[in-house]
Amino acid sequence: MKKYWHVINIGIQNNLTYRFNFLVRALFGLVPLIAVLYLWRTIYAGNGAGSMVGNYTFAEMVSYYLLTTVVDALTAVNEDDWQIATDIKDGNISQFLLKAIDYLWFRLCLFLSGRAAYMAVAAVPLGVFILCLQKYFVLPPGWIALGLFLVSVVLTALLQFFISYAMAMLAFWVLEVSTFIFILFAFEFIASGHLFPLDILPHGLERALYYTPFPYQLYFPVSIYMGKAAGVELIRGLLLQLFWVMAAYAVARCAWRRGIRKYSAVGG
Amino acid sequence: MIWQLKVNDRKFGGIRDTGAVVETRDTLRSLFARYLNIYFELWKNSVTREMIFKTNFVLWIVVEMLWFGLQLSFIGVLYLHTDHIGTWTKWQVVLLIGGSHFIQQMFQAFFLVNCTNLSELVRTGKLDFLLLLPVNTRFLVSVRQVDLGSFVNAASAVAIMAYAAHQLHLVPTALQITGFLMLSIAGIAIHYSLMFLLATISFWTVRAQGIVWGYYNLFNIARMPDEAFRGWFRAVFTFAIPMLLVSNVPVRLLADKLGSLVPLLLLLAMSIVCFCVSEWGWRVSVRRYTSASS
Repeated sequence: MKKYWHVINIGIQNNLTYRFNFLVRALFGLVPLIAVLYLWRTIYAGNGAGSMVGNYTFAEMVSYYLLTTVVDALTAVNEDDWQIATDIKDGNISQFLLKAIDYLWFRLCLFLSGRAAYMAVAAVPLGVFILCLQKYFVLPPGWIALGLFLVSVVLTALLQFFISYAMAMLAFWVLEVSTFIFILFAFEFIASGHLFPLDILPHGLERALYYTPFPYQLYFPVSIYMGKAAGVELIRGLLLQLFWVMAAYAVARCAWRRGIRKYSAVGG
Repeated sequence: MIWQLKVNDRKFGGIRDTGAVVETRDTLRSLFARYLNIYFELWKNSVTREMIFKTNFVLWIVVEMLWFGLQLSFIGVLYLHTDHIGTWTKWQVVLLIGGSHFIQQMFQAFFLVNCTNLSELVRTGKLDFLLLLPVNTRFLVSVRQVDLGSFVNAASAVAIMAYAAHQLHLVPTALQITGFLMLSIAGIAIHYSLMFLLATISFWTVRAQGIVWGYYNLFNIARMPDEAFRGWFRAVFTFAIPMLLVSNVPVRLLADKLGSLVPLLLLLAMSIVCFCVSEWGWRVSVRRYTSASS
């Protein structure tokens, strides 16, 4: 266990050298966010004062986007999938086959330290931005919701990571994995609620999405925070999220095992 | 590729050309022909390169199509809950997204890879080779690679625009279409100038690639209807980083939504300003260049 703490420690230090990059990314990331908020404001204004979109007031809509930005900063995979794929392609994983350290846990530690470092930098611009909009920022319905929100965020991070890890395993079979990653990312982007809250979709479509892991990659924790998921639905959602985490983990492990059999340690 | 250029250059007698100053008796026409010839060779290289990875070429087109579809579905969802954003109706916004995609893809076809590669050229010191060639370096750096897949994507954007125009019962005149194309060129020039300017930051810091990709976020704004924005945000993205002009103005011209000539002239003026600023930035930056690893 101790060795993994070391990995996290080194990972954080490593990532902090990119702090300027992180800051720039966090700042640039605010621009589309502001734009989409303006867009919604115009829509709400056009629909008349006090109007609702789906079951969202304007303040709730603003909060939704702010929360997705926070959850995204906490859980989104940055370059981990690329790095893993490169490790495989360049034969860097050979050393892990010999060492008493598991590559998946190693990468998970690096992922977590990357998120911690990113959050440490991004917290400032993001915090200031949320403070500026605090009159639109709704609070969670209670402490329990907040606690379950945090649990769900952790599960989201794990789900994001395991899915990316499994995708990166494609590097055992194909030379260029980035297109596959981008294709999956496109689906994640729309079906996980990045672009808009999923419950403003037609009901049938929304229901269908719940049979995929995508809503659990972003939308679900946010809906807990906003009190949109409660009671039985909340518990069932958390269990389903846990199920997807385990499924993604199993796929990641399985893909690794099969990949290793094919692996020829190019340049290693 | 560099070697081919060199050979080419011998053939043309190796004219020394620094910036815009041309020595010898060369007329402007032969200079133009020379650059056209170089550009033709670069195209041939790009085609060869793309054809090596055919599957990848097709897959990237799929990726771009997916993201384009994604933007369209976002608009579809928005218009489930409203019937206008400012004065923009649903199909007008579809036309806007198509137009914006067209401009972005054309920019991508000619310039994007080259802009993002600049920091790599600086970091590795490969810029040396390009500086030594008797061709305008900015020209060479800017157009070295052509992204052919983007032309396919631009075509898909045109198809969507045609469909949207059909829905709007819009039959643009030849003048409108010509105007649209001219304004699109101005828009592409703005994207290129700003991205190139950002890329020159790599002469100061090695980690410029992140900044260049950050600019990519700004494309998001270009495809949104300008009327959604007000106040400082609108001012900044009209006069400093003219994202709200790049595709809104050409599409307004096409959709008969252009109230006056002011936005049109503003777009043209801003494209010239942006280009001049980026040229100035480039010249200042190159002076700072101290080759790496040599």
